[in-house]
Amino acid sequence: MVKRLCVFLTIGVFLFTATALAAPKNGGAMVFGRGGDSVGLDPAYETDGNSFMVCDNIFEALVAYADESTALEPGLAESWEVSPDGLTYAFHLRKGVKFHDGTPFNADAVVFSIGRMMKDRKLTFFGDAIEVPVQERPPEYWVSMEMDDTIDSIAATDEYTVVFNLKRVEAPFLANMGMDFADIISPTAFAKNPKEFIRNPVGTGPFKFVKWVQDDRIILEKNTEYWDGAGGPYLDRVIFRAIPENSVRFLELKTGNIHICQFPNPADISLARKDANLILPTQPGMNIGYLSFNHTKEPWKSNKALRKAIGHAINRKAIVDNLYKGLGQVAKNPIPPTMWGYNDAIPGYVYDPALAKQYLAQAGFPNGEGLGEITLWSMPVARPYNPEGLKIGEAMAADLAKVGIKAKVVTYEWGTYLKRQREQPEDMDLFQLGWTGDNGDPDNFLAVLFDGLASSSIRTQWKNEDYHQLMLDGKQTIGQDKRAEIYQKALQIFFDECPAIAVAHSTVIWPALKTVQNFKLHPTGSVRMKNVWLK
Amino acid sequence: MLAYVLRRIMILIPTLLGVSVIVFLMLHITPGDPAELLLGERATEESLAELREHLGLNKPVYVQYGLFLKRLMHGDLGETIRTRQKVWTEVKQRFPATIELSVVALCISCVVGIILGIISATRQYSIFDYLSMLGALIGVSMPIFWLGLVFMLIFSLHLGWLPMSGRLSVDIDIDAITNFYILDAILTRNWPALKDALWHIIMPAVTLSTIPTAIVARMTRSSMLEVLRQDYIKTAKAKGLSNFKVVYKHALRNALIPVVTTIGIQFGVLLGGAILTETIFAWPGVGKWMYDAVMQRDYIVIQGGVLIIATVFVTINLGVDVLYAVINPRISVK
Repeated sequence: MVKRLCVFLTIGVFLFTATALAAPKNGGAMVFGRGGDSVGLDPAYETDGNSFMVCDNIFEALVAYADESTALEPGLAESWEVSPDGLTYAFHLRKGVKFHDGTPFNADAVVFSIGRMMKDRKLTFFGDAIEVPVQERPPEYWVSMEMDDTIDSIAATDEYTVVFNLKRVEAPFLANMGMDFADIISPTAFAKNPKEFIRNPVGTGPFKFVKWVQDDRIILEKNTEYWDGAGGPYLDRVIFRAIPENSVRFLELKTGNIHICQFPNPADISLARKDANLILPTQPGMNIGYLSFNHTKEPWKSNKALRKAIGHAINRKAIVDNLYKGLGQVAKNPIPPTMWGYNDAIPGYVYDPALAKQYLAQAGFPNGEGLGEITLWSMPVARPYNPEGLKIGEAMAADLAKVGIKAKVVTYEWGTYLKRQREQPEDMDLFQLGWTGDNGDPDNFLAVLFDGLASSSIRTQWKNEDYHQLMLDGKQTIGQDKRAEIYQKALQIFFDECPAIAVAHSTVIWPALKTVQNFKLHPTGSVRMKNVWLK
Repeated sequence: MLAYVLRRIMILIPTLLGVSVIVFLMLHITPGDPAELLLGERATEESLAELREHLGLNKPVYVQYGLFLKRLMHGDLGETIRTRQKVWTEVKQRFPATIELSVVALCISCVVGIILGIISATRQYSIFDYLSMLGALIGVSMPIFWLGLVFMLIFSLHLGWLPMSGRLSVDIDIDAITNFYILDAILTRNWPALKDALWHIIMPAVTLSTIPTAIVARMTRSSMLEVLRQDYIKTAKAKGLSNFKVVYKHALRNALIPVVTTIGIQFGVLLGGAILTETIFAWPGVGKWMYDAVMQRDYIVIQGGVLIIATVFVTINLGVDVLYAVINPRISVK
């Protein structure tokens, strides 16, 4: 009996100690080292990650993404209902939430925040109508997500209910409402000085804006009146410091002057692994780097065998090992494996020069004869999905040479590259590009990148009726399981037709000090400090 | 003298106008589209068209230049494409950081460079002369980027003597009045901030000063050597004056004339050329700001920034010319 009691007591003490050790600690200032400064802090008008990562801590949207995925959770809306026809969304808002300036959060604030981005403002307020100022400039994300073609009107039906009436069925609508551009801002603060709001942001989030020294630091402090009593914020302050040079940022981490180092040089990751004072939060990136064909010209437009030959000729594993420095994963599909709708049954284009030669012969270009010298446009800048565009282009050209295809690596300044690529010029045969997902919905990859029949803005301009129909079905079908089946079918078509070669998904590793607890990298690249504490 | 200064100021206007035309034309000849760069991969035809219209980029180049001049007449440099802030507001935040860094770097260059130059000249072909001129050669050739990183590794990471980057530690706050942190700390009697700001400026200023120090040292040496061979120096020596008096009273003043020109030019170079130092040391100055603007094709920032740097450069040149007359009364301004 005594023995058993001793065992229970020991287990009890152990559990108590473990809980005590794991318990979040309040206080402290966290310094986040990043490569550049924010451009602005009005989520409706920003387009860059450095702006959004600060907004992520000041503002909140109606729906939120889970900690390490894009699964949807209640945000400022406690619950929501979708009408059977998929055209009406009613959001029931949290009560007792206040903006940092004391303004109460309610349905009118939602109507104002979202309504200010609309071109044709069909807005109904529950209380006194709030004057919605003229747009300072086009809200870029709103425009590129085609929200004006989706939302017809917004109405506050009572103090805590907002109803969105849609023009068309849009299955990714809820996921879109979790994106940064859909964050809710304080109407009072905005009305006070609309032009200065981007430098004096006021939201409902876990941290309040304090100060911004441009190109240097942005200081946030704990929102002591935060509505979610269950978790954080635990930190007293969060400081985002701009340290442009990667090596210096990593040295600052090693000396303990910053707590987290964003985007270190790949070579520094191996040093970080050996450092006992550092941890390495890791997340497979929600992105894709791809190589596509100029689908507006022959032979690429209609010669499927030729496209497949290129697919089998390129050694993507060598590219990931040597140029992504192992911080990536060879892609089988053009959506990342963590995303629902991923088709794991697809084998991907394995590196097989002999098979590539067979396809080349089948395409009418045995050993590349008759194809002439093709151009391979390679990106001049590093992006999260492609760290070394030019070197990757050279590696691809060398692989193509092994099967007899002569490829010339071509590049331009980034703005010119994007502009000329959009024009699909005659002198472009193959081009590199990529994408980082916004909301975790497969539509945000598969339709946006490859459904050329949907719009002339689609960069690949691949036109396939079956694929296009599946994209339309995917948008208009309610229910994730049914939609997943649709996207898996679309991925099969993508593999069979080979409109582009999915090269790799990069992996994100941001080393941090050991004292940083519960910091999780998010697939969208957002940085959330709410549940982080310092040991 | 006053008439001369006024005439030089009047010449400033066509000079700056010329600079603005050249910069404007070069910007529009250079490939790249700010709207494409701002929207990146996710740009659609519609969003690009809206943004171009909003930014006025769809207007003919001469209309855009006309609008720029019109704004300039009202003392308005425009609003940046990226941050939607007045260029002048951004300049006010960043220019003091660059000037502060450049002034400290220039002071180091002047003191060290002139002393080294004098000693080298007075002890020509001695071991010290060889060593200091070798140092000057290394100083001119050393890549700033590499030197900055080496300093950081030694003085911050290993010895822990100096802060690695930035203008102030994260736990130090300052009431920015002029944005010259050293001055602001003195004005507000914030002594911890003063100490912290001085501590932070040492490493970037020393790094930035290497090239001008080397140039000033070499210029001082050659100028001193030339002056020391003059007849009046021989006369002074023959009169029995001490070597110290001959060098510092008679030779140095004349030898400094070309050195002052060099220092003036170097200050202009420092202002415009601190990009690398600012990038390595995360120093929020105008160099990095301009570099980012060029990469993003932020025409408004580039036009405004170049105009301000050109104004400062021309003003410094004027100051140097005026200083000639002060150093050497034989030179009169006509």
